[in-house]
Amino acid sequence: MAGTLAQLSPIEQFLKENEAKECLRFTTAGSVDDGKSTLIGRLLYDSKGVYEDQLASVKKSPVNRSGREIDLSLLTDGLRAEREQGITIDVAYRYFSTPRRKFIIADTPGHEQYTRNMATGASTADLAVVLVDARSGVLPQSRRHIYIASLLGIPSVTVAVNKMDLVGFSQEVFDGIRLELIEFFARLRSDNVQFIPLSALDGDNVVTRSRRMPWYQGPSLLEHLETVPGGPSKPFEQMRFPVQYVIRPHLDFRGYAGQVASGTIRPGDHVMALPSGRTSVVKSVVTYDGDLEEAVAPLSVTVCLEDEIDVSRGDMLVHPSALPHMSRHFEAMLVWMNGQPLELNRSYLLKHTTQQVPATVTAIVHKVDINSLGHAPAGRLQLNEIARVSVETQRPLFFDPYEENRATGSFILIDPLTNLTLGAGMIRERVGDAGHQRIRQALMGIQFKTERPTPAERAARLGHHAAAVWLTARPEVAKLVERRLFDLHCMAHLLSDDVDSDVLPEVASIVVSSGLIAICSIASGMREELERARELIGYDRLVVIEPESLPVDDQQAAEAVCDILASRGLLDAGPLGFGREA
Amino acid sequence: MSVRITSHLKLLEAESIHIFREVAAEFQRPVMLYSIGKDSSVMLRLAQKAFYPGPIPFPLLHIDTSFKFGEMIRFRDWYPASIGARLIVHRNEEALAQRANPFRLGTQKCCALLKTKALLDALAAGPYDAAFGGARREEEKSRAKERVYSFRDGFGQWDPKNQRPELWNLYNSRLEKGESIRVFPLSNWTELDVWQYIHLEEIPVVPLYFAAEREVVVRGDMLISVEHNPPLLPGEKPRMVMCRMRSLGCTHCTGAIRSEADTIPKIIEELMLFRRSERENRVIDHDQEGSMEIKKREGYF
Repeated sequence: MAGTLAQLSPIEQFLKENEAKECLRFTTAGSVDDGKSTLIGRLLYDSKGVYEDQLASVKKSPVNRSGREIDLSLLTDGLRAEREQGITIDVAYRYFSTPRRKFIIADTPGHEQYTRNMATGASTADLAVVLVDARSGVLPQSRRHIYIASLLGIPSVTVAVNKMDLVGFSQEVFDGIRLELIEFFARLRSDNVQFIPLSALDGDNVVTRSRRMPWYQGPSLLEHLETVPGGPSKPFEQMRFPVQYVIRPHLDFRGYAGQVASGTIRPGDHVMALPSGRTSVVKSVVTYDGDLEEAVAPLSVTVCLEDEIDVSRGDMLVHPSALPHMSRHFEAMLVWMNGQPLELNRSYLLKHTTQQVPATVTAIVHKVDINSLGHAPAGRLQLNEIARVSVETQRPLFFDPYEENRATGSFILIDPLTNLTLGAGMIRERVGDAGHQRIRQALMGIQFKTERPTPAERAARLGHHAAAVWLTARPEVAKLVERRLFDLHCMAHLLSDDVDSDVLPEVASIVVSSGLIAICSIASGMREELERARELIGYDRLVVIEPESLPVDDQQAAEAVCDILASRGLLDAGPLGFGREA
Repeated sequence: MSVRITSHLKLLEAESIHIFREVAAEFQRPVMLYSIGKDSSVMLRLAQKAFYPGPIPFPLLHIDTSFKFGEMIRFRDWYPASIGARLIVHRNEEALAQRANPFRLGTQKCCALLKTKALLDALAAGPYDAAFGGARREEEKSRAKERVYSFRDGFGQWDPKNQRPELWNLYNSRLEKGESIRVFPLSNWTELDVWQYIHLEEIPVVPLYFAAEREVVVRGDMLISVEHNPPLLPGEKPRMVMCRMRSLGCTHCTGAIRSEADTIPKIIEELMLFRRSERENRVIDHDQEGSMEIKKREGYF
């Protein structure tokens, strides 16, 4: 029973529990006057994260814009300049904890020109809280914030619909905002989305559930923050160990110090050092607190090898059966953070994991119009703009696509003249590089692979991506789509009358996981099935066809469906399986 | 599937160790500012862990105003040496020879001479290009926006509007000659995290943190130590009070708090009950609204 705990004094019990407490990092974004500072002030205040003397100083402040006894927004408005302007101008970090979790908030400004700060706050966050003012509804900025959260790979997004007190706690207002954004989320990759109606000023649904919105059955914001899974739903399991520092106190010890970027490293593991390609076996995983049986990400440890192979800072240890990409050429999404625009073909310094290499941006593939999410013509890339670019580095990088592994898919660009950080990049894809492929093939030949084929490998084999098509009320069209895709050299499989609609989402998800294109032909109105299919297959892989948008003629309709798949980039995977546009 | 490490202290430790190693790898001459307090004790342990089984590859620097508590100085002379760390002590001898002290100059001017100037001089004398400090973002409002790598110009000054963006754990370490950075490996730690870590790791701290009968004068809400003989106000008389220090500094500028907490669990318990920020008893922070921010711009840590 709880015998051991019961014998401890309350404080010792608290310490025991606190020791094992989890940590959730989240970022907050909102437009000016969405009440973000008030919301954070409220979270800190209601969870008793505010010191009494700080509270007293806020109470004494001559400024109070809240119309309430204390202006909670003043708790977080830090620097003098912004207190005078009433706008937050830089990323501020706040801390509070509840019995369940410790929280680190990256409070980022929502002011139009501060995309770079938002990206900064989002880069380390497990969750994003996006504020929407219930009175003004979904603004271009709300979409922008959600897009950046998705671009930076934040696993969960929570939309806090604030100022519900000013719209009479109306369910219609909340539902309107929710429906509008759900459609938007469907176009992004966010898989864990929660909508919460609240009033930061009065505390409704912030810490405790509000009695003034009985129609809302979900959790309060804090309840949600305490229970939402912290990391990505599918953590990247392949081991990456960028070497930071070589520890060599005497001739008998040579250890490679670093932070495990992903996966697990154990004594006895066969490892390969990149870029040399030399292999060895892990002798021990050393820490001050004793040798470890295994080290998982993100522990900081020191790895000793059986053989004296030459390894130094900037190298990476990996398992030979699960190599990263290695290339001097790749494509990336780049957020530009400096007043000086990007110059193509100019030499910059690129910092990636523990190495720094000279690099140039050779082309802007396209800019992202952050309001429409459409592709804008590629011209210059300026402060707070985002573009997909091609990058060339002087030495090869060892990387994974950012969406799979933040730690090995991210980089910053530094100006070698001014030393300023100019941009933040997220690697999307590698571009063909014959030399690279030879190295890769040579390295791959060394070891028998033991991992199951990845979706990317399957896509590379089949030449197209796995996907599901959801088509209602047009069974004839569904058949023609299967035929048409087959003729286009795509492996498609029709699921129609032969599959009970109750289990159609599950069956479709199996078809998709095997790398094929599932065509789900189903009667209209199966909303619950559709929701489940979205959950199982993912928004990005499930293509829902609006039957009313199709031509009446069946053949033309089938063509139209194939065109939609092609336009989403699903039908062309490229030689290594990463050809699809995000 | 592998077990995911989620304990927040483990995460903080891993992050701090990563920072120590990055700096040691990328800078020519790092130094650790050693203030003798609990945060310094934690930093020291993290630095040991970062380079184990090797020695800490940079020296420690203590800026000695000569108005510190005797117990702090004894601890300083014992603990770093006991773990094999190299300690440098620097004083502004010129100002001290001219009898600079807080009683004559007032706290602001005294601090400017004995702390800020002494620190800038010592860093320039190194010359050190990176200096670790124990500041935490939760400590004080103006620190909430501080980067882990905080850039200082050739005069050691900080410009809050012109900081480099800091993403993921990719730190930009590029400097021009004469420029330097302050590095804050404990940025994401809270006071509670620090105490819990000290407790778990059994890290030695200065006994002043633990409650004992101490000779003080009671001045309003403040308990001021009589070490270094501060001038007393009319009617003030030193007396013995059960108290402890929540943060350590110079005797005159660091108030004690009434407390019975003589063990770490009791200190943590007290923290949970008294929701007061630890810098409250620092005279210096209250000189002027936003005073810490002004000092930081000038180069104070």
